[in-house]
Amino acid sequence: MTPDMPKYKTSDEVDFVVVGSGAAGGIIAKELSSNGFRVVVLEQGPYLTEADFTHNEVKVLNQDLLTNHPKLQPNTFRKTPSEAAKQQRALVYGRLVGGTSVHFTANFWRFHEIDFIERTKIGPISGTGFADWPITYADLEPYYTKVDWEVGVSGLAGASPFDPPRSKPYPMPPLPTKCSGVLLEKAGRKLGWNPFPAPMAILSQPRAGRSACVNCGFCLGFGCEVGAKSSSLAAMIHVAEKTGRCEIRPNSYVHKIEIDANGRATGAVYFDSERNVHLQKAKAVVISANGAETPRLLLLSANKQFPNGLANSSGFVGKHLMFNSGAVSIGVFEEPLNDYKGFAVSRIIHDFYELDAQKVGFYGGGGIDARFDLTPIGFAAGVLPPGTPRWGKGFKDAIAHNFTRTMEIMSHGTSLPLETNSISLDADVKDDWGLPALCLTYKDHPDDLKLANWLNARGLELLDAAGAKQKWSFPIEEQSFGVHLLGTCRMGNDPKTSVVNADHRTHDVKNLFLCDGGSFVTSGRGQPTMTIEALAFRAADRIRDLAKRGDLA
Amino acid sequence: MMNDLNRRDFLLRSCSSLTAIWVSSHWPSLCSAATHARHAVQAPEATKLSFFTPTQAVEIDAIVARIIPTTDTPGAREAGAVYFIDKALMTFAIDQQKDYHEGLPEFEARAHEMFPTVEKFSSATPEQQDEVLHSFDDPDAKPSRRPYRPRKGANNFFETVRMHTIVAFLLDPDAGGDPKGVGWAVIGREREHMFHSPFGYYDKDYAGWRPISPASGKGQS
Repeated sequence: MTPDMPKYKTSDEVDFVVVGSGAAGGIIAKELSSNGFRVVVLEQGPYLTEADFTHNEVKVLNQDLLTNHPKLQPNTFRKTPSEAAKQQRALVYGRLVGGTSVHFTANFWRFHEIDFIERTKIGPISGTGFADWPITYADLEPYYTKVDWEVGVSGLAGASPFDPPRSKPYPMPPLPTKCSGVLLEKAGRKLGWNPFPAPMAILSQPRAGRSACVNCGFCLGFGCEVGAKSSSLAAMIHVAEKTGRCEIRPNSYVHKIEIDANGRATGAVYFDSERNVHLQKAKAVVISANGAETPRLLLLSANKQFPNGLANSSGFVGKHLMFNSGAVSIGVFEEPLNDYKGFAVSRIIHDFYELDAQKVGFYGGGGIDARFDLTPIGFAAGVLPPGTPRWGKGFKDAIAHNFTRTMEIMSHGTSLPLETNSISLDADVKDDWGLPALCLTYKDHPDDLKLANWLNARGLELLDAAGAKQKWSFPIEEQSFGVHLLGTCRMGNDPKTSVVNADHRTHDVKNLFLCDGGSFVTSGRGQPTMTIEALAFRAADRIRDLAKRGDLA
Repeated sequence: MMNDLNRRDFLLRSCSSLTAIWVSSHWPSLCSAATHARHAVQAPEATKLSFFTPTQAVEIDAIVARIIPTTDTPGAREAGAVYFIDKALMTFAIDQQKDYHEGLPEFEARAHEMFPTVEKFSSATPEQQDEVLHSFDDPDAKPSRRPYRPRKGANNFFETVRMHTIVAFLLDPDAGGDPKGVGWAVIGREREHMFHSPFGYYDKDYAGWRPISPASGKGQS
C-alpha cells in the first residue's frame, strides 16, 4: 500500500467502483485513475505484499493462503443440469489483491487472428454457442503490446512462424532456457515442428523498480517474493495507488450491485472484514471478479427490475463456461534436469494451434509446453510413475531419483462454448456469509476430449524424441475442476445472444461494465490471461471515452 | 554447497553491498533470501511434544520410519517427522486430530491381530511393520497432479500419516520444514533461493535459440 493511496468515504460518489483487483481489475483501476478518475477497488481478499509470500507449500497450496477457501466459499458441481449438484471443489482462483495473476504460471500467449473469427471461417458447430467475437485481433493488437510493455512480458518476437502480427518487439529477452525447454526444442525440431521461446509474464531483466526473476523455483501457485512475476499486484496496483485517486479496499466482499429506479447502477454493496455491510457509491461500476464470481454477482443482484439477474435479459449470464481442454504427460530422463529451478515454462510449440477438422475429425487446436511446475511435496505425492510404491524404500528411491530428472509436457487447447456448461447459484448450499454458493455445471464437448487425446499423443511423441527413459500420461477424463473461467458473460453485438457489447458495457445497464475471462466468446488455446489483460486495457480506453463524452450519466 | 551459516552471511553481506550492478538489480531477492535464511537459523528444533503422549510418539515415529525409511540416506525419522506432525496437529492440521485419536488404536489393533505376539507396532520387526502398512494401503490409489485435493481414503489414518510424513520430509526447510533439510538433500533439491542457468545436464552446452533453417525446415539446435 503506498502512502499516496486516498481513502474515500462510502458515501462519496466516486467515478468508478471496480469489483476485483486481478488481471483485469488491476489494469482497469490503473488506467482509469491515471486518466483522472476517482476509483475505489473492492477486493474480497486480503492485501498481501511480497514479504507475505512464502515457500511453505502447506500454507499456500493446502491452506489456500492465496486462493478461494472451500470452507468459507464452498461450491457445488454437476455434469449436466439434470443432475443433483454435489459439494466438491470445482474451481480455484486468486483471492487477494492482484487476484489469480499473483499465483499464475505466467504463460502469456497472444490469441491469434483465427481465435476471433473462427465461427465465420469454419461454420457453425451443432449444439454449441460457437460464435465470432465482436472485435478482431487487429482491434486488440495495440493492447497486447501495452500488456507486453506495461505489465512486463519476456519473449522473442518473430520466433514463432505462427505468431500473429505485432507492432513492437517484446520489451525484454526471453527467460533462460531450462532443460525441459532444451529437450522440447530438440525433440520438436526432430519431429519437424517449430518450438520457440515461451512468452512469459515474468521479468527477465529488472524493470520499473522490480527485480528480474531469480529462478527460486516456487512459481506456479505461489506469489513472487521479488516482484518479478508480472501480476497486477506487482505491475499495476502500485501505479494506480500512486495516482492519488485510486483506493484499493481489501477484505471487501461485494454481493450486490445497487440499482436505482431508472435501472442505473449506483454502487456496490459489500461486507467488510467485520462483516458489516456498506454501499460504496459510484457513478459507474466495473465488475472484474473473474468468470465465476462476476456472473454470480449479477445473479445475486436480481431484483424486481431484473428478476433473472442483473444484465441478464439474454439469459446468458453464467452460460457458456469454458475451462480449456488439456493433457499432461510426464517424462523421466537419465540425467538431472534440475527443472525445479526457475519458472515453469521456457519453450512452447504452436504448430497445432489450428487443426484441420476435416483431417483430424474434430474441431479444435492447441499449444504444447514443456515444464516442471511442481514443488517437492506436490511432486512426491502425485507425480511418480504408475506402479511406484506409495511408501517405503521403493517410494523413497523414486523421489530421490526422479525429482531432478522429471519434466512434464502440457497441452492446452480449445473448449467449445456450451449453453449447458454454466455458473449458477446453488439452491441449497450457502457460503460463510449466508449467500448462495457457486454451482458449476460442466461436461466437455466430445471434440474437446478428442483434442486432448490428440495433443497428448503429440506430447508422448515429444517425450520419445527427447529420449525420455520412462513416460506416462494422466488419464484424459471429463473435467470437473477449472482454473480458467471463461465465457460466462460473453461479449457480442446482439443483446439477445450476449451480455456485454464490444465496449464491455452491459446491454441492459448503461453504466455497468464487465471485463474478465467471462467476456470471452471462444476459449482460445488455453492461455487466457494475456487476452484478459489486453481486453482490460481496451475496455479502460472505451470506458474513459464514454465517461469523457458524458455517456455514462 | 555452502552451509546455512555461510549462505546467510553471504546473502546478508550482499544486501549491504549495493554497489555491484548484479547485486543492485537483485537486491530485493537477496534480502528476501537472507530473511528466509535468518528464519531458518533461528527456528528452534522441535523436541517437545504437544499433542502426542510419549507412547503415541514412539508408535508414530515407528510408522513414519517405514513410510520414508532410513537407508543409506536419512529418512523421515532423521527429518524429525514425528515432531513435525505433533506440531501440525496443534496448528494447521488440527482438524485431523480425530484421525490420529481414532486411527492409532485401530492401527495398533490391526498390528496385534496380524501378529498376536506383537503388543505394539513399534516392537514389530520391519518386515512385520511393512505387512501391517500394506494392509492399510489403498490398491486403487491413482497418481494425481493435484495431490492436495481430497481423494478416496484421504481421511483414513494411514493416508493421513503418509501425507503428513511426506510433508514433514519435504516442506521447504526455510519455510517451516525440517531445518536440517534432510528430505531436500535426499531428492537433490538445493536450498538456495536463487539459481542461475545452466540449471542441469541438458542445458549446460545449449548454444541458445536459433531460427529454423528455411531450406531444411528442420531445427539447428
